[in-house]
This record gives sequence, structure tokens and C-alpha cells, in this order.
Amino acid sequence: MFLINCPYCGERDQQEFKAGGEAHIERPKQPTELSDNEWAEYLFMRKNIKGVQFERWNHAHGCRKWFNMARDTSNDEIKAIYKMGEKPPTQ
Amino acid sequence: MTQNLRVKSSEFIDETNRISFKFDGKTYYGFKGDTLASALIANNVHLVGRSFKYHRPRGIMTSGSEEPNAIVQVNPNSNITEPNARATEIEIYEGLEASSQNCWPSVNFDIGGINNFLAPLFPAGFYYKTFMWPKSFWEKYEFFIRHSAGLGKSPNTRDPDIYDHRNIHCDVLVVGAGISGILAAKNAAKNNFKTLLLDEKNELGGSIIFEANEDNKINYNSAFEWLKTEINELKNIKNLEIKTRTSVAAYHQYNYLLARENLTDHLVKKDKKNKIRQRLLKIRAKKVILATGALERPLIFNNNDRPGIMLSSAIKKYGNFYGVACGTKNIFFTNNDSAYESALSLHNKGIKVEAIIDIRENSDAKIIKKINDAGIKIYWAHTIVDTRGYKRLSGVSIMKLSNDGTSVTGSKISISCNCLGIAGGWTPAVHLYTQSGSKLTFDEERKIFIPKADTKEQISVGSCGGDFELDEIITNLNYKLKNFLNINKTDFEGITLENDHETSKRNIWLLPSDQTIGKTKPFVDYQNDATAKDIKLALREGFRSIEHVKRYTTTGMGTDQGKLGNMHALGIIADIAGVKMGELGTTTFRPPYTPLTFGTIVGRNVGEFFDTFRRTPMNDWHIKNKAEFENVGQWKRSWYYPKENETMHQAVQRESKAARQSAGLLDASTLGKIDIQGSDASEFLNRVYTNAWSKLAIGKCRYGLMLNEDGMVYDDGVTTRLSENHYIMTTTTGGAANVLGKLEDYLQTEWPELDVYLTSVTDHFATASLCGPNSKKILNKIIPDLDLSDNNFPHMSFKEVLIDKIKCRIMRISFTGEQSYEINAPASYGEAIWQKCIEAGKEFNITPYGTETMHLLRAEKGFLIVGQDTDGTMTPIDLQMDWIVSKKKYDFIGQRSLYRSDTMKEDRKQLVGLLTEDPNIVLEEGAQIVSELNQKPVEMLGHVTSSYFSPNLNKSIALAVVKDGKNMMGRKLFVPMENKNISVTVANTVFYDEKNERLNA
Repeated sequence: MFLINCPYCGERDQQEFKAGGEAHIERPKQPTELSDNEWAEYLFMRKNIKGVQFERWNHAHGCRKWFNMARDTSNDEIKAIYKMGEKPPTQ
Repeated sequence: MTQNLRVKSSEFIDETNRISFKFDGKTYYGFKGDTLASALIANNVHLVGRSFKYHRPRGIMTSGSEEPNAIVQVNPNSNITEPNARATEIEIYEGLEASSQNCWPSVNFDIGGINNFLAPLFPAGFYYKTFMWPKSFWEKYEFFIRHSAGLGKSPNTRDPDIYDHRNIHCDVLVVGAGISGILAAKNAAKNNFKTLLLDEKNELGGSIIFEANEDNKINYNSAFEWLKTEINELKNIKNLEIKTRTSVAAYHQYNYLLARENLTDHLVKKDKKNKIRQRLLKIRAKKVILATGALERPLIFNNNDRPGIMLSSAIKKYGNFYGVACGTKNIFFTNNDSAYESALSLHNKGIKVEAIIDIRENSDAKIIKKINDAGIKIYWAHTIVDTRGYKRLSGVSIMKLSNDGTSVTGSKISISCNCLGIAGGWTPAVHLYTQSGSKLTFDEERKIFIPKADTKEQISVGSCGGDFELDEIITNLNYKLKNFLNINKTDFEGITLENDHETSKRNIWLLPSDQTIGKTKPFVDYQNDATAKDIKLALREGFRSIEHVKRYTTTGMGTDQGKLGNMHALGIIADIAGVKMGELGTTTFRPPYTPLTFGTIVGRNVGEFFDTFRRTPMNDWHIKNKAEFENVGQWKRSWYYPKENETMHQAVQRESKAARQSAGLLDASTLGKIDIQGSDASEFLNRVYTNAWSKLAIGKCRYGLMLNEDGMVYDDGVTTRLSENHYIMTTTTGGAANVLGKLEDYLQTEWPELDVYLTSVTDHFATASLCGPNSKKILNKIIPDLDLSDNNFPHMSFKEVLIDKIKCRIMRISFTGEQSYEINAPASYGEAIWQKCIEAGKEFNITPYGTETMHLLRAEKGFLIVGQDTDGTMTPIDLQMDWIVSKKKYDFIGQRSLYRSDTMKEDRKQLVGLLTEDPNIVLEEGAQIVSELNQKPVEMLGHVTSSYFSPNLNKSIALAVVKDGKNMMGRKLFVPMENKNISVTVANTVFYDEKNERLNA
């Protein structure tokens, strides 16, 4: 059970949060101009890596805010938490 | 024969407090402080259970939570009986009743014992191999297997006890109150860390207390006397909370631990009453100090499971702590020095020790001399090759070990005894450490797995960290604590230590016998009857992974989770496979460390708190008017309102007719309501719904369909424009929370530039939906001042009005096809408004109706229910709702997906109406639809999604999804059922009032 440091509320138990999949996948600005393959790439393809993964989390039973998390999937260490719109940490 | 084996008074046993208890129906006596195990041994009862597979007689083997054999049924004759309790952990109390498990008719004469003689027929994987043929017989086999499987019997009524949960936050959590844990907790608390110390036993002190080893000295005094003083000081320390009888079950990431605190199990019945039995502690600790100690290993040799064969340390504990002799003629069998301490402690109490059998060539330890002085014979480099005695050990046969330890030589010596202490060394209890996600490393020399590394948040101290000798333990603890807590000094720094050191080692995982392995029974997992022979067989059959061998042989899969024998299993596999144990790894240690009751896990979340309900403000009225309820999401919705002896069908037919002929009233409060405000609210709706919103006039309502990004229908509902920048959206009852979540997601992550604010107001409004040709007249009675003409208040529009000074929102929208008005009142006035409608409607025979009638009425009109007629694979085009998909809008959620090659296919499953040839046959929802009856394999074209008998049309109607349904209008299809094939015709989805004339009638 993670202890997640919500950027708006502070440290809270994982059960207050909902995971929202891979982060930094921007919705295409002009979907109609994309080929079926390009659209499918956006719609369905997600990474599943062993190592540091960037993912979206939502403080669903708290402030309801979405934020990003860099998490090492091999040991569940949370490397960084940063707000929506912010750049992922480089290290 | 009951013989009192109490040999010595003990400060831990209150001999003035005699307690009677029953075991297998017979009354025995023990003292306050006894466990069931110690009390039984004192009464010379050694046969306490039967093993799982071979039903071999088994006795008490250990003195703690690792016990594999002495597992008993508590309160066996009550329907709240508890199975699989460990006799070594049950503290006796007046009136305790327990019985043996896994035997019939009794532990002394067990029919299943025949399995022992058929043992050659039950090798590892027996069930997998045997019951495969013939295939069709499995169902017959299963019946018998299920009846003979399982340990103990489960209770068959509701658990009457009270359980509880408690959240605890602390700076330092110390698990285990042996010498390391006590010193760690004391120093943490003294340095102002809020500290919690837990131990599974009822007394603090761990092994030092019961071992009472005179060679271990602290400050020139015996170590146990020194530790007792330390324990006495604990109660005066602030910041320190101590919980005994508390076993940590699980250690999750981020220092989140679950522990079971046992509060009343040791109390007599009247003191248990109305008290919390067990409490689950949910602990979030900043730092965790593991001081869980070590478990003694058995030795694996032929017939090493007879009652009377026990761990050497357990014999010592029963002697020192409980004052009980485990046998009158004792032998010890060892590969290290610790058995000599046990032997000497028995000898000093006047209990006879016949011999010590040591697999080592010799030992330089000081204690050897004391054993020699005591006149106890030592057999160096010998091993036990067999044991005797069925229900109680009666003797052993020993032989000399060959130099390499793989075989035996010389002649057999027979020694009689009734108790055998086995000492195979020590295994650090690293279970919790690995549960936390930390990795182990294997110490090849000492043959133990130890923690690989300490972290800033967690350390392992004492023997669970690999330190076994007193001086090592204290020195390393001092060093580790200072670093971990960042303190300059501990209060035990500089104490003088004196202790003997273990000298020579010899480790043989599987001890040889003079018989071939096939003829021996060297048990590795006692509870599951897995022998070294089974492990060898598994390897011979090609299993290599330790996880596979475990499952194939069931080694380590009992309630004790292999605490005793797992290391031997690994060692035997490594030896045969010719790999190093470190490379082989271990099986995963999973929570819980010791079994938990379900009661502890669920705590207070039982009965009405198991799954909480949401009820509407009109709920009391519904109950008073005898509504039947239906669960919709978390809501309790009124389903139908039966009158006197009406069946559900009769009630629904009556309600449906009344709503179309005069007036009906539905509680629609559960519909999700989202308040949308902001200067970009219209643009936001444009993007989330398939149709256009910018031009919706203030005061008007519009139906919207929401898709997922994959183009599939996700939700629907009516949204009303209250003012320029203010909308109220309604969602399906079940989808409300998810829709809000999805909208927030887009708003926050994809379109943060939009000025829009979303608020859930579902619970703020109660909704009474008034429908039917007389609804206008009824509403007019309630609000005489409001002009209800179709000009002033047309279909799909909204008015804000005062009803008895209460501000209400009225939407003229319809889910039934009749004229109808949804009156939204502040929730606290919900029942009053409802009551007002009922009273005003009396002269029109207003009929309250529930969800079933609502579903029927909307089906007559072909209105879909998202989640019933759709299943996440239906596009709006599939639903024949092309009209609601804007061709002009550039983008909305899911739009692009409507033009993918797959979603554009002509022959997708599409929503159509179905009419049965016989109008009285009502189809079953979910029934399959085919076009040919004799086709093999038959092609499934689709299925029925909604089906009712329509009282207004006097015939059966149904909605269905059918492959290429749009092109099948008028086609005859079949719905094959178990006993008949039903002929149906594909029809329009709208069955009633196709031209929508009734909306404005």
C-alpha cells in the first residue's frame, strides 16, 4: 500500500487514489487528420516497462486532482510526483 | 494413563490457579499461564492430531506459531467452532474445549490411518496423475476428493464476536520483543520517537527468558536476570506503547503493516462477553525495526514425525518456562551445540537424558565437558536411521555416518526413549522482511538466508538479521540503532558480555538411512505429509523451479507455510540439482505470517455495514407504501409497489397502464446530476457530447450521448441550460461517479485552458417525475400561478418555480413518451414535494411506479438504457442514433473512432426491435438469436437486451442487438430455448406512439 504525497493535500494512503495509466500521452489536437494507424497508436498503445514509468494518478477520494508520478515498477519506489502540465524529472 | 509431568515450579505459571479444560471430550487440568500444548504435555498427552494425507499420529512439535502438527479445533461442539488453531498458542482458560482434527472416528483410532499403509500409492502429484482417466469420471472423483480434503471444520453460523480495526501512525515500530526488540524500542522511545513494540507472545523477553542459559552473562550477571530488569523499566518510559499477543501478519510497501491484536481469546467465557475479540492494527510507521528472531530447524531423517519427536528448543522451553517435562527418557539429536544446553537443562531438573546423537565429528564447546560430567553419553558422527512407536515414540535406531555424510556404516544401535529433541540449527525469521519487498542473500557457510541490506526506513536486528550469539547481537544492535535513529549513544553501550561460541558445524539436509529412500519416510513438511522422497520424485520428473516443486509436492503449503521444513526442501533440491542454494532462491513468503480469522480482516464491516446503501429522500414513503426495492449501483430504488396479493408482473402491468392512461409518479432522485459552470461551459459540452450545444437557448433541455474515446456509447442523459454559463447535466444512476471522473480528467489534463467547474449535486436534489396525460392538470394544482401551456412551457424546457416557498427546478422532459415533468426540489424537501404530487394526483388516480415500470415504458418507446442495451461495444450508429451525431463539429470525444475501418463496417451488431410470432411469449433477456435452426455450428447473430409484455400494446416486445440488424427489417429469426424455438420478427425499435404525438397531447 503506497504512501502517496498528493501535491495538493500531502501524504495520503493509496486507497484514496486511483491510477490512470501512462502519463504524457497528449490527445491529438486534430484527430480527423490522423490515419487509422496513428489514431490507434494514441488510443490503444501503452508502454509496460520494468523500471521507471511515468503515470497519471487521481486523488479520487480527496481533492479529485490529477497529477503525475514517476514510479519504478520493479520495486514500486515513487521517484517523483509532479503536477499536470509540468515536465517529468530527468533523473 | 494420566501422569503429571510437572517437574518444576515456574514464575510464569500460577500454580495456585488450577484450570480445567477439555480435549477430545476428556477433562484435564492445567494452570494459569499454560498453553493448551504445555497443559497436554503435563498430562502426558502427546498424540494430538493426525497428519493430512497419511493420517499418521502426530504430537506437539514446537512451542510457538510455527507449529505444524498440533493444530486443533476450538469449541468443536459449537456452531461457531474455529479450526486450525495452534495448541502451542492457545492460552488455556476455564471451560476451554478443543479437539483433534483430521481423524475419524477418533484420534486414537482413525480409519484414514489406512492411508499410511497405502502410502506407496500416494506419491507427489498423486491426484494429478490418478484422476485424469477416464476423463468423464472427474465429476465422480471430485465428490470423494472434496469430502476428504480440507483441515478441520468451518463454523456454520454467523460469527457472534466483535472485531475492530485501528489505524496507528508511529515513528518507530519494533516487531518482536526479544532482547534486541526490547533494547531497540527502549532506546527509540527514550530518544523521543513515538514507538510501538509488538510481540505475538503474552510475555516479553523472547528466547533469552526461557533459555535461561547460565553461560550467557551481561554485566557479570545472568543475561535473563539483566533482561528482566530492562523489561521492568519499560513501563516507565513515555512514547512507548507495548502490545503483546499481537502478531504482525503482513508487511507491505512504504512501511504499512497489518497486525492482529488478540484481546479476549485467553479469557474465560464471561469475560469475553461484549468485548472486542481481535483487532486489526493498520500501522503506518516512519521506521521499522524487525526483531523477529529465528526458528529452530528440525532434522530430516526416516520417520522423524512420531509423537514425542520435538524441537530441542521447545523441550527446553516447556521445561524452563512451563515447568513441564516432555518425556521421562530423553534423547537429543543435533548438528550443533544448542541441543547440549537443552539436555543439560533437563538433566539439572532431574529429568533423564539417555544420550545425545551428534552428526558432527566433535565440538570444542565448553558445554561438552558439562555433558560428560553429567554422564550423558554422546554418539559423535552418528545419525538416526529409524524411529519406533506408533502413537508415541518408543525408541530410535542409530548408525555411524560415513565421512561424506551420504551413507551409514557399522552396526545398528537401538536406544529406547519416549522423547526425542531434534536440533538442526536456526533459520532467521525473514518472512516479514521479504514481504516488504526487500531481497535476501544466502550465507553459504552458515546455510541461512539473511537480509541483504538495511535501509533508511527498515533494519533487521538480532537473530532475524543473522546474529545468533549474544555478544554479536548486542554489539551489532548498538551500531545499527545509532545509525538508524541517528543518535549518539544507546543506554546499553558498554555493557560487558560473556557467552560461549558455537564452534564446529556440519549440515546435512537429508540424513541417510540403512534403507533405500523408497522405503523411508523423512518428512520435510509435516502438516502436508511431504517427504524428501516426494521432492526427489518431483526432480526426477523434471521439475526444477522451487516454486513448481513446492506446488507439485505441496511442501510449505500448510497453515504453517513451511516455517520448519522449507530450508531443507531447498537444500535437498540444491543437492540433487547440483546448484548452490543461493542461486536456487526461495519460494515467496506471502502474508499472513500466521493465519488470520475472517472476522479480523473485515472488522466492523459486517451486516448492514458490509456494503452501505444510498437511499433517496422519499425512501420512508416508499417503505410505508410497501415498495419492493432494487439495488442500482449503491442505491436502493423502488422497483414496484405491489397491492395486496399482486405478483410483480401484475403490479408492473397495472402501473404501466396507469402511467399512460392517467398519471404516474417515479422517484428519479438517483439520476446523477452534475452542475457545470464557467464561461467555456458550452464549448466543454460540445467536446464531451456527440451533438452541438452552443445554440441551446437558456431554459431549454437537450438529450446528449457521451462516447468513450474508442467511439463506444458511455453514458446518456438530459442537460439543461440554466443560464448563459450554467448547465445542469443528468447522467445514468450507475454511471454518475464515473462520468464526473471522466469529465474532470479531460478538464484537468487535456483542456486545462477551459474555464469550467464541475460539481456533483446528485445528493442535493430530490426528483419526482410526474408523467401521463393528466400530469399537466396535477402540476397545475400544485403551481396554479405557472402557465403550463405548450407555448409557455414546451417539451424540453425548464422553469424555476416556488412551491410553498421552496425553490424547485422543473424540467419538462420525458423518458416514457408521455407528457412529463421532473420536479427537482432541495433534497430535504423531497418527501414533501412527493407527498404533494400524490395528494394533488389523487383525483386522477396517480400511481407511483418503480424502476421496472420505467424500464417497460421506455422500452415501448425504444429508448435505450446504457449498460442494458449497450455493453461498451455499441457506437451511436449501431444504436441507429445517427441523428444525434453532429457531422459539423470538428471534434468531440470518440468522434475519430467512428471513422475507423472496424466501426464503419455495415454488418456490425445493431440495435433493433423484436416481435414474437406468438404475442404472449415474452423472450428472456440475454437469449441468443439465430437465423437457421439446423445449421452446425450455428451462427449466433446477437442477443435479446430488453424484453417485456406491454400492457399498452397487449403484446410482447423486445429490443435486441443483431448482426446487420438494420438490413433485416421484417426478417424472421429464431430464439432457440431449452424446450422450444421461438419465432421472432425484426422490427422498428419504437413500438408505441411512433410519431411522438402524446408528448404534446
